[in-house]
Amino acid sequence: MLLNTISNALSTLSEPWWKVFYDFSSLTRGIDEGLRSSMSEFWAVTVEMLIIGVVFLLFYAVIGLFLVIAERKVCAFIQNRLGPNRIGPFGLFQTVADLVKLLFKELIPIKNADSFLFNLAPYIVIIVNFMVLAALPYGKGLHAIDFNIGIFYVIAVSSMSVIGVLLAGWSSNSKYSLIGAMRSGAQIVSYELSIGLAIITVVILAGSMQLSEIVEAQRTGWFIFKGHVPAFIAFVIYVISGTAETNRGPFDMAEAESELTAGYHTEYSGIKFAFFYLAEYINMFIVAAVASTLFLGGWMPFHVGNWESFNRIMDFIPPFFWFFGKTFFVIYLIMLFKWTFPRLRIDQLLTLEWKYLLPINLVNVLVMAFLVLMGWHF
Amino acid sequence: MFVLFSVMIIVFSILTVTTRKILRAATYLLLVLVSTSGLYFMLNYQFMAAVQLTLYAGGIVVLIIFSILLTSHISQKFEPVGIKKTIFSGLAAIAGAILSIVTILDYQFSANTEAAKEVDMKLIGRSLLSVDYDGYVLPFEVISILLLAAMIAAIIVAKKGGPSNTKTPTYN
Repeated sequence: MLLNTISNALSTLSEPWWKVFYDFSSLTRGIDEGLRSSMSEFWAVTVEMLIIGVVFLLFYAVIGLFLVIAERKVCAFIQNRLGPNRIGPFGLFQTVADLVKLLFKELIPIKNADSFLFNLAPYIVIIVNFMVLAALPYGKGLHAIDFNIGIFYVIAVSSMSVIGVLLAGWSSNSKYSLIGAMRSGAQIVSYELSIGLAIITVVILAGSMQLSEIVEAQRTGWFIFKGHVPAFIAFVIYVISGTAETNRGPFDMAEAESELTAGYHTEYSGIKFAFFYLAEYINMFIVAAVASTLFLGGWMPFHVGNWESFNRIMDFIPPFFWFFGKTFFVIYLIMLFKWTFPRLRIDQLLTLEWKYLLPINLVNVLVMAFLVLMGWHF
Repeated sequence: MFVLFSVMIIVFSILTVTTRKILRAATYLLLVLVSTSGLYFMLNYQFMAAVQLTLYAGGIVVLIIFSILLTSHISQKFEPVGIKKTIFSGLAAIAGAILSIVTILDYQFSANTEAAKEVDMKLIGRSLLSVDYDGYVLPFEVISILLLAAMIAAIIVAKKGGPSNTKTPTYN
């Protein structure tokens, strides 16, 4: 039955297999029709949900592992070292080995900790990650759920990840964890404002909150070019506050090693620690993916107005690769920040947000609304 | 799906009021709010669901957890509630439930076969700011003034004392 479905899906392609990278909708439609023809409606939906779940689980693990090794390589590059180079070609399997090690490590139970909340906290962070990942457009036709309030959903759900951090810090019953959680809570709650306003700037320009429509609106040019200066300012603010939101350096007071050992996940061990660690990297991926969708056109290739031939050459690179190329570019930017800037103090961080970014952002939203009203954008 | 969500809401609501650890109560409350937003998603009213998530789950519960973090210690536990209080609060809850059930059953729900509408963001925005008969611009303004007043009041309460306080050294 399953083989039947797969052959059905492949037969609907009727083109060379690599064409699928240009447009996933025929593949997904093929799978959908194949499933519906071989079983009832209810089971077809269930199997589809299972397939998507498994795909996202694999995607999560692969992206997480890849980002950890990428971070170590970028760090080594900036510090003029080689980085991990023993395991596999160029040390590519280093993180796999690390993961296996973490899987085998003992999970140390904490005395006097609230064990229920202690165990729940990593799962909250991970579940929130998955809920956001599901709503992102990865390529043409490669979009699990397309809400008509897409980007608002992303903000809404990602605002919940701070709860996992706060619970982890409190239930560990350790002063380092508690202080780390408090810091990261204050940080995330205040930077959420900036992220929200930067996103609103783009929503004004796009005239829609649906992610597929936002991407479609960038067919004639990415928003960072279309929206003149305000869009660029919004992009800069988005990247700064995104870095702060993911608790990464230079905003990593939540886990400042010299003061707090490891912040909110000090008491975690083994795979539970790995969950927090992975979630941090996936958060970074989400921030970068949203940045590339909103400002850099998502999976839309680099198009310039009505330069027909130029646009057609750009279309030869599949949308799938455009999306990941842009996302990894933003990730590289965020990694550069971490390894080049010294860590801020907590008061400097809050001053930056409330005294500089917020007023700039508010004025920026007004300017953008004015631009759109007068029709001065491209 | 509806059964799943409603069972989750009921179970976690009861757990919220019966648990003896304050942060666990906050966590159960969070789960109640998240499953309520699941109900909205099921009804295809995604805007309301997202608002529920941002405002209640992401905003208010975070605020509650934050204040718990600042004020209470992990070893703290509530005293078990006395029998008198249990009976009275149980009676009050049952009375409230009966009242709302009676009201709901009283209302005539007319079944219709129209296709489920997708609520568009533009529609919501237009009707929030329209001054027509169906517009919501007056309540919108009244609520924003109320919020502004609340914010100013919060600042004044938090400020404590006049300019004499400004001379105290600040440790940055």
